[in-house]
Order: sequence, then structure tokens, then C-alpha cells
Amino acid sequence: MKKNKFKSQPSQILEGSHAIALAIKNIRPAVVSAYPITPQTHIVEDLAKFKADGEADFKYVRAESEFTAASIVAGASATGARVYSATSSQGLLLMTEVIFNIAGMRLPVVITCANRGVSAPITIWNDQQDAITIRDTGWIMLFAENHQEAVDQHIMAYKLAENLKLPVMVNIDGFTLTHTYEPVFIPDRKQIKKYLPDYQPAKGQYLDAANPVTLGSFAQPSYYMEIRQDLHNDLMSALDLVNKEYEKYHKQIRHPEQSEGSRGSKTQPDSSPSARLGVRMTIENNGLLEYYGHKHPKIILIAMGSVVGTIKDAVDEINDKIGFPNAVGVLKIKCFRPFPSAAVLQILKNCKYAGVIDKSISLGSIGPLALDVKTAAQGNIKTIIRSFIVGLGGRDVTKNIIKKIIKKIKSVGDGANFIGN
Amino acid sequence: MVQIRIHGRGGQGVVTAAELIAMAAFADGKISQAFPSFGVERTGAPIEAFARIDNKPIRTREHVYHPDVLIIQDPTLLDSVDVAKGCDNNTLVIINTAKLKKEIKINLPPKNIFNVDATKIALAIIGKNLVNTTILGAFAKATGYVSLNSLEKAIKEKFKDKGESIITKNINAIRQSYKL
Repeated sequence: MKKNKFKSQPSQILEGSHAIALAIKNIRPAVVSAYPITPQTHIVEDLAKFKADGEADFKYVRAESEFTAASIVAGASATGARVYSATSSQGLLLMTEVIFNIAGMRLPVVITCANRGVSAPITIWNDQQDAITIRDTGWIMLFAENHQEAVDQHIMAYKLAENLKLPVMVNIDGFTLTHTYEPVFIPDRKQIKKYLPDYQPAKGQYLDAANPVTLGSFAQPSYYMEIRQDLHNDLMSALDLVNKEYEKYHKQIRHPEQSEGSRGSKTQPDSSPSARLGVRMTIENNGLLEYYGHKHPKIILIAMGSVVGTIKDAVDEINDKIGFPNAVGVLKIKCFRPFPSAAVLQILKNCKYAGVIDKSISLGSIGPLALDVKTAAQGNIKTIIRSFIVGLGGRDVTKNIIKKIIKKIKSVGDGANFIGN
Repeated sequence: MVQIRIHGRGGQGVVTAAELIAMAAFADGKISQAFPSFGVERTGAPIEAFARIDNKPIRTREHVYHPDVLIIQDPTLLDSVDVAKGCDNNTLVIINTAKLKKEIKINLPPKNIFNVDATKIALAIIGKNLVNTTILGAFAKATGYVSLNSLEKAIKEKFKDKGESIITKNINAIRQSYKL
């Protein structure tokens, strides 16, 4: 291999899928298995190419279905290997039985879900219904707003998974991130290895003939419940570690923008009204969430994934128009499971209205994220929480849709409010 | 922020053109973004792709509804698609056509229309009617939003697996259309 491959890279402009594939290559899993499905395909195609070109040393196991791909990475992980897979939509649904087992067996598997809607009707386009379907399986579920967050979350995902013996799913919006070119920094192998050492599971925690153990055994009613409760408790206590790892990661791995000064330095100082009022900035940012806006807004919009970027732009425009004290803030949930209730309440507690914007729907109820926010709020804060459904099956989420949500937030009802255009 | 919308047909490299613009702008030291509006990909079907260029991080993911620059790779689209939708009196239009400016059926100020016979250039230099790269020379010249040098860099990077000959042909075609 050429020496310069290990040199620290500046930012590059890359397709989201390619950025993730490069990050996975540098994370160096031992086994990769996947079955192609749009819009995830480019990731595993790139990984297969790295392997074929001799740039990666993982074992790439081809599978005849997603069920098999998930089973292969589950089996490999059970033998103590670092593993990777990626999927979308129907592929994730086909994996579901194995997804439950991976969490139940406490296997540190990392999977990318390139989020896409589910059938029927058939759609190949983005929403987040696929990930929501496996919400209750015991996985840590992260959502990325942009390429950089996706790359960083993948690297952190392995650290979390291997330390906690819990699987992690990193969610990236299909097409919106997978097929978009934008600047991103990919940490090199050396940087990653310093943060994420080679995976060495302790004796008795993996399938090893010298130290025999049983994984995923039969559990009688007298034990099953405690084992499930343990899994829940461990998932809940992961909240702290998600934050700690986020801090550690950003201390150890500096993005080029942090050290070299940012691109486009010719930018004029921001003189917009909202900037002068100090609402155009992130005032809270950690592994679990990011809050963008004024300290005491009247309205907060809450969402996950790539739509948050569009929301920030729309909210800047609205704040410029109306100005403080009616300012609108944006709360991005990065960690959906375990759900960071306390951290969310801390942000929401003084605002009058919260609009939760879901790219999925719990049919017969409201948006899944809205359900979580309402559950956290109940009895603790007085904020009025509304559920808005946007962007199903690839419908473009425009700034106008976000502005419409802000306008409607006081008048809409308690149910799911679909805003299509 | 500069917003660019490209119209073409499936198989004409519309998405690649948007990516090349973003790569060139990035090479110029700007921040950029490119993404497709995928339909179900069929050869010949009308397709759009988008690019944005700015001096600060680009957050929005919505499609480009009000382009500063409109690139039309295939003039036959004028008969079937409302390509000028969301354009205004400031939108610059780069269109591949053999027609004269006054013959182009688009309801935008003629001073903003830049017509280039990219098909003729592509056939002569690349040997195929693939105008997605060629038309970018005229785009760079008419708008100044990317430099010719960075466009060439982007071509070298994007086509690095296609071999020296294809890279050279595409660069020559871009230079030719830049002259017009």
C-alpha cells in the first residue's frame, strides 16, 4: 500500500455514501456482509471495490438476502470480530428478526441504515419509517444531519458498541445524504486507531472453544424478564457514555476547519437581525442533541437527520422577520435510542410550543419522535407539543413547509398533522 | 449563495454535471453541494440535478426552486418541461442548442441567455453526443462561478478511472465551449 494513504487528510468533497465507505475502511472491520438495496448500495459497492483493489483487509461475505447478511455479521461478531453491514427499507425489515437477536445477544454490531420509506405503495425514496420500525429492538440509534456527522457517528458507534456490548445503528437519510456531494473530513487510520483501539473482547464474552460460553440461550419465565430489564437498563445508562465519547472523540480528532480556519473566509460578518439578537448559533451541542437558537424561544422545532439543515435556514429567515422575543429555536435529536428525555426537557422547559417534525408516522397515533417528546414532557413541563409529519416517500421538505409549521403551531390539533407542501 | 439547476435526460450525465460544478467550486476554495432529484432512472426521461455554491456551510437540502443559473443540456426539453419555472429576470441560462438566441423558446430576458452548440463540440472532440461536461465550459465563462482551472481539476478527479484519453477529450471540449 502507498504510504500517503495514511497521511492526515484535509476536507474533501465527496458523495455521502463514499464518505461513509472511506470511514468504514479506516475503522477496519474484520467482516463486512451486505445485500444491495437502494439507496444504500453505493456504500457496500465502494467497500467491495476497496477489498478487490487490495486497499482493505476485511473479509467481504456476499449474501443472498438481508436476512443472511445480518446473520453473517451476527455470527462473525459472536466470534469476537469487528463487523459492518448497511441496508435500507425492505432490507432492514427483512433483517428484523436478526436485529432483535443481535441486541439480545449483546453483540457490538454496527449497521448503517440509509433511511428510505417502506412498501406499500412501493417507494425507493427517503423517509425514516424503516428505522422507526426497529425502534424497540435494543439498539443505540444515531441520526446524522450531514456527511461530517455521519462519519463521526460511525467512528463513535464502534467505540460505544464495543464498550457497552450494544449494537449501534447509524441513520443517514437516503439520497439526501447518500447521493449528495458536500465537503467532509475523513479521519485516517492512525487517528481512528488512537481513538478506537483494535477490538479485543474479554474472555468469556465471545464464542471461543478454549473458553466456552452460550450466547442467546433459552430463558425460562423466571429469568427472561430480568434479562430484558438488564438490556433496557444498560441502554439507558448508555446516555452518559454517548456524551462522554462525543467529547473524547472531538478532543482527539480535530476537523481541519477547527485547526486551519474555515473555508470561504471572505464572508462578511453576519449582520442579519437574528444574528444580532444572538439566535443564529448553536448553544448546546453534545452526543445526544444539538440546540440552535435563542436561550428563551417561544417555539422550538424538533427533528432528526438531514431535514434539520433546512429547518435551521427556514428558522433564521423567520427570526429575521419577527425577531426576539418570538424567536424560534431548533432542537436536533442525534440519539433517538436511548431517548435523552432529561436533556430534551432541559431545552424545552421554558418554551410555549414545541413542533415535532417526523419523517415517519406511527399509523393510528402520531409521529414517533413526537410520542417520545410528549412522554418525556408529561407532568414535567407545560410546553404544548404538536406532531407534524413531513417528507414521506421522498416528498421534498422545503423551507416553506417549515414556515407553514411555525405558522400553524398554535392552531393545529393534538393528532398527526401532515404537511405535504 | 448561488443556486444552480440543471435539466437534461436520463443517460446524459446530468447528475455528473452537478457534481463537477460542486467539485470545481470546492477546488476554488468555496463550499459547495450537489445532489440529484431522482426519478426512477430511465434513459431519456427528464431529470434535474442541483448545485449550490457559498462562502459558508450550506445547510439547506431543499430542491432548487429559484435558480440563479439554469443549465439546459437538452433543448428538446423546452417543448415538454417548464424549465424556466422559478426563474426570474436575473437568472442566467446556459443552453445547449444549434439555434440562434432569438429562436429559443424560453420566456426569459435574451441578455441572460447563453447559447452554445455543445452537441457539435462534443461530437467533434469527444466523439459522442455527451454534452454534460462540454456545456460547463460555457457555464464557467458566462457566470464566473467556477474557474476553468478548477473545472479541469474536477474532470481529472471524477474521471480518474476512465483513463487519460477520456480526460483529455473532456477537458478540450470544456476549453472549446469556454471560448464561446
